Amino acid sequence: MTKATREIHLPQIGDEQLKLLERLSNACAVSGDEGEVRKIVLEEVRPYTDEVKVDTLGNVLATKRSSVERPLRVMVAAHMDEVGLMLTSDEGEGIYRFESVGGTSVYDFSGKVMWVGKEHLPGVIGLKPIHLLEPAEIKRQFTVDSLRLDVGPATGKVKIGDRAAFATPFIRQGPSLRGKALDNRLGVAILIELVKHTSPLIELQAAFTVQEEIGLRGARVAAFSLNPDMALILDSTPAYDLPTWDVDENVRYNTRLGSGPAIYVADSGTLYDPRLVRYLVETAKAHGIPYQVRQPGGGGTDAGAIHKQRVGVPSVSISVPGRYHHSPAAIVRLSDWQHTMNLVAIALIHLTSKVLDGER
Amino acid sequence: MTEILPFLKELISAPGISGYESGVRPLIEKAWEPVTDKMSLSRLGSLHGFQQGTGPEPRPSILVAAHMDAIGLMVNALIDGFLRVTSIGGIDTRVLPGQMVTVHGRQDLPGMIVPTPARLLPFNAQDTVVPLEYLLVDVGLLPDEVATLVRVGDPISFAQPPVETAGGTLVGHTLDDRAAIAALTHCLEMLHSRPHMWDVWAVATVQEEVTYGGGLTSAFQLRPSLAVSIDVTFASSPGSPSHLSFPLGKGITLEWGPNTHPVLYKALKELAERLEIPVCLEPVPTESGTDTYAMQVVAEGIPNVVIGIPLRYMHTPAEMVALKDITRAGRLVAEFISQLDEKFLDKLTWED
Repeated sequence: MTKATREIHLPQIGDEQLKLLERLSNACAVSGDEGEVRKIVLEEVRPYTDEVKVDTLGNVLATKRSSVERPLRVMVAAHMDEVGLMLTSDEGEGIYRFESVGGTSVYDFSGKVMWVGKEHLPGVIGLKPIHLLEPAEIKRQFTVDSLRLDVGPATGKVKIGDRAAFATPFIRQGPSLRGKALDNRLGVAILIELVKHTSPLIELQAAFTVQEEIGLRGARVAAFSLNPDMALILDSTPAYDLPTWDVDENVRYNTRLGSGPAIYVADSGTLYDPRLVRYLVETAKAHGIPYQVRQPGGGGTDAGAIHKQRVGVPSVSISVPGRYHHSPAAIVRLSDWQHTMNLVAIALIHLTSKVLDGER
Repeated sequence: MTEILPFLKELISAPGISGYESGVRPLIEKAWEPVTDKMSLSRLGSLHGFQQGTGPEPRPSILVAAHMDAIGLMVNALIDGFLRVTSIGGIDTRVLPGQMVTVHGRQDLPGMIVPTPARLLPFNAQDTVVPLEYLLVDVGLLPDEVATLVRVGDPISFAQPPVETAGGTLVGHTLDDRAAIAALTHCLEMLHSRPHMWDVWAVATVQEEVTYGGGLTSAFQLRPSLAVSIDVTFASSPGSPSHLSFPLGKGITLEWGPNTHPVLYKALKELAERLEIPVCLEPVPTESGTDTYAMQVVAEGIPNVVIGIPLRYMHTPAEMVALKDITRAGRLVAEFISQLDEKFLDKLTWED
């Protein structure tokens, strides 16, 4: 352990952090309707920041000033929103047509219970019973259009325009955590801890963004407003570390649970700044923190919008790996969460404008 | 009187896939104990509750069956800490991905059913429903822990918790057929406080979803003069053909077809009309998918009738039932039994 890490207080995951993640995971914040998570974020960060504002799209922008002159201005972003659905038509007797919000598969909704609206009223997305299917229908692909949400045969509190999220209560199971929307409540939880613990050398611009799942729209305006020198994006990326169908070697795992924070090099939206990637890798090595390089290709984070803002923002993304994102629940490892938090906290502590010296 | 809602929530929260019903059985025993004269278990594990009639010996008897087993899954391989599974009963693979389950290993483990990621499949997952053999269960533990706690052959139950929905409805798994267990319990409680000439056997059957083994063997052992199955039927719901389904919460059904006796059907229908219990005729042209299918052909044959409780989204972990229909089913059977007299059996003739 280096001198620097001994002197600073690294955020640790204890009961308080677990309870906060549980609250964040059980809260519903389908893209465009992030109020429930925003409320928790504001409550948590307000006492620790110099300036907090909620912008016109609903982003929470919290700035923590530095004690040094002309500090490096670092935007750290984590999106608050999650995938889900919106009720689009009332067919009577408690039956609603809906459209999905964000990237989901029809199976994520099939036969699932949902939390509808601000009161989390239960509704179910049922399917035609298997007994009544034609033989060809059993294997036939179907679409979200054919599904309906059913809140029970009574008219009441649910209405067109309401959002619904998966009704999955958060649990801890051995080394793992299971809950909905861990993409990206893990990032939100880490960013809250960073706000509470960051060193004063940099100016921390914490951006809790909206509408990431439907086109990185919150991050785009947040980066314009904050006008940072660089950006670090916290997210949760898929781990496809499951057995292949024929139990052959899985060479397309993207990331693996238990292997530490996933550092991005390239995804479908961003070619990450090699200086920042190198800095994160070297920091991890120097401090004995496990890390993995996310397999390049596919996917994306708020970096896709941020790095192209104004004259350009050197950016890097780092994710807690998670299985089954965008489904009723994800499974993640507590250790990956802790290691990601440690790596980002230490990286921010030692970060100076030198990291951007030299040409990209 | 047992309150239906809390009792039913308790029933569907207890495990008991076909062949492994011992998880739910004690709850039923506890509810039946105060309202029966004796109880026993069949060799296959069905629960028999007996209420003695007041008529002279030899007394006729009626058997009322509701099955207590649930559809579910079973572990058939362990791969790197993940479980491959097979189905027990009629499982709709389309609803499985993302479904929460309990793996009954050396200890109960919360698990989640997940598809093999599309990129690791030999076919385009966009084009088809991913078959069960490509689904896995993730219990969130490390491979070593899983190998210690889980064995091939361990049963797996759905874990969707009961959810109260609007309009007096309940959503959960295994309402097929625990809703009928609740109806049968309601029936026993009504009969406990009123005289009935016939002996009554309430039977919580096992293995209905796979073999009909419970209904078959208990009917043989108890050899009733008449048998009634209470089971769920299709409630009108999005996507279901309207001609094959019945409104939810608006009454119960009486099955009409080769497995049921027309005179019994008529007697129950007329009684329901007198009592103003709404009933619909449910045409079942060939096979009744209930214990009645088995019980009708036990020994020299037993006259049967089936009472249906409309249920939405059958055989998914999020079935929906209306509590009113459960009470109606229990009440109709209780009223029917209490008016059975010595001569009723003579009426069961073919009028052709």
